[in-house]
Amino acid sequence: MKYALLIYAAEKDWAEKSQEEQGRIYAEYMNYSVELKKSGKMHSCEPLDPTSTATTIRVRDGKTITTDGPFADTKEQLGGIYVVDVKDLNEAITWASKIPDARTGSIEIRPLMNVPEM
Amino acid sequence: MSQAVHTLEGIFRAESRPVLATLIRLLGDFDLAEDALQDAFTAALETWSKDGVPASPGAWLTTTARRKAIDRLRHLRIVEAKRSELALSLRLDQEIHRPQDELELSPIPDDQLRLIFTCCHPALPREAQVALTLRALGGLSTAEIARAFLVPEATIAQRVARAKQKIARARIPYEIPDRPTLAPRLDAVLSVLYLMFNEGYLATSHGQLVRGDLVADAIRLARGLSALLPDEPEPMGLLALMLLHDSRREARVSADGDLVLLEEQDRTKWKRPQIEEGIRLVEQALRMRRPGPYQIQAAIAAVHAEAPTAADTDWRQIVVLYEQLLRYERTPVIELNRAVAISFAASPIEALSMLEDIESTGALDQYAPFHLARADMFRRLGGSDQARECLRCALPFAQNEQVRRFIAQRLHDPPKITRSSTLLITDEKGY
Repeated sequence: MKYALLIYAAEKDWAEKSQEEQGRIYAEYMNYSVELKKSGKMHSCEPLDPTSTATTIRVRDGKTITTDGPFADTKEQLGGIYVVDVKDLNEAITWASKIPDARTGSIEIRPLMNVPEM
Repeated sequence: MSQAVHTLEGIFRAESRPVLATLIRLLGDFDLAEDALQDAFTAALETWSKDGVPASPGAWLTTTARRKAIDRLRHLRIVEAKRSELALSLRLDQEIHRPQDELELSPIPDDQLRLIFTCCHPALPREAQVALTLRALGGLSTAEIARAFLVPEATIAQRVARAKQKIARARIPYEIPDRPTLAPRLDAVLSVLYLMFNEGYLATSHGQLVRGDLVADAIRLARGLSALLPDEPEPMGLLALMLLHDSRREARVSADGDLVLLEEQDRTKWKRPQIEEGIRLVEQALRMRRPGPYQIQAAIAAVHAEAPTAADTDWRQIVVLYEQLLRYERTPVIELNRAVAISFAASPIEALSMLEDIESTGALDQYAPFHLARADMFRRLGGSDQARECLRCALPFAQNEQVRRFIAQRLHDPPKITRSSTLLITDEKGY
């Protein structure tokens, strides 16, 4: 069963961290990814560039409206996604709670819909 | 025939919950398990009245229900060909053709505990946890749950349906959590079981004061939980608490079905063996030196149970225990209970000033026991007018018909000041 672990954290907090601190968290993410990969439970891992690089588009009446920035202004922003392939929700929770940003931000766990035709 | 139906109803009532829990585990689907169990009951009604009741009705029902579930899935496969159900149906088909599946299946007691942890999973909203537990393990109908919590039946039906859907789609497993994750998961289970007990103990529906079946189920599940987790003191504390409260069952309702207050109860009607077991359990739990709110509440209940008469109650001890309890849960209801204990251990005047502090927060304005406790303190101080005023405040918030009658009777014919004091607190179970 596949779950997306959506990592939400405040980009502002990250920017305010010292380089040393950022390096430490980066190393934690590396270790976590290695552990996840070794367990054979990692399906994919997609860190995202900050929302300052985001572009949002909407198509209305056939016209594409393009705006700068993320879909919504929120306190915490989507910063990355892990997709894990595990037994059940409890195992997904266990892996999600080891993500470094779980301590300061939030991890949303969403089952992947099983649509074989897609 | 009617005699047979009568017996069968009794068997169904006794067997349905353990069988359902095992079916939910086997089938991995709440609705399918419920439907299959209904099919098995229908089959039993026919077969058993002809051939007699089998030696192990639970096993017969489990085996038959599983076969019925496979029939239902085969049918679905033809009609709808839903992908997920198709997979399950294929898996069950393969399983049933293995030789060991010709053997009888029996309901497993642990399945009910597994199911509690699923129903009380933190990924489900609190209201859904309660509704689902009462539904799947308490055997209550949607209508009964709706009445108990004073919400429309459609709301409960929707909560239960959403929760079942989330369990299936997000794949919340049917398992007892392992040690590192057990503690936080246990809290939810304990509080849902205590809620179930309380709903049975002071039934808000059904027009009767006690719903013995709910109380018995809650005690049975708490017993199972504490047997499963012998090194955890809180499940043991909860079991002790339930046993001690329930030991007064016979004494707290009069022959007319009226409420009898703790201090006016005939203590010879209290169930001694149950009290002894409760006290033994709370002592055993406290010896583990990891106190918690259920153990402390059980200790308070034990102090009441040990007093030969109401006047002999060790109120000072009870005050100390409430102070400990407040360290875990600082709620207005516990503060109210402490004030009541202080009114007996020290004086009603001291307690009344504490009630004023609680009143200023407004938290208990709609809580009948608050007004009743206050009425009683005024009465003991000779302030009968103030006491009547408080009783009038309580009346609209009476939890059930018996409490309403009790308040009305007190308003009509207040007890003399010389009579021993009264106490009406839900959390402390003043009755």
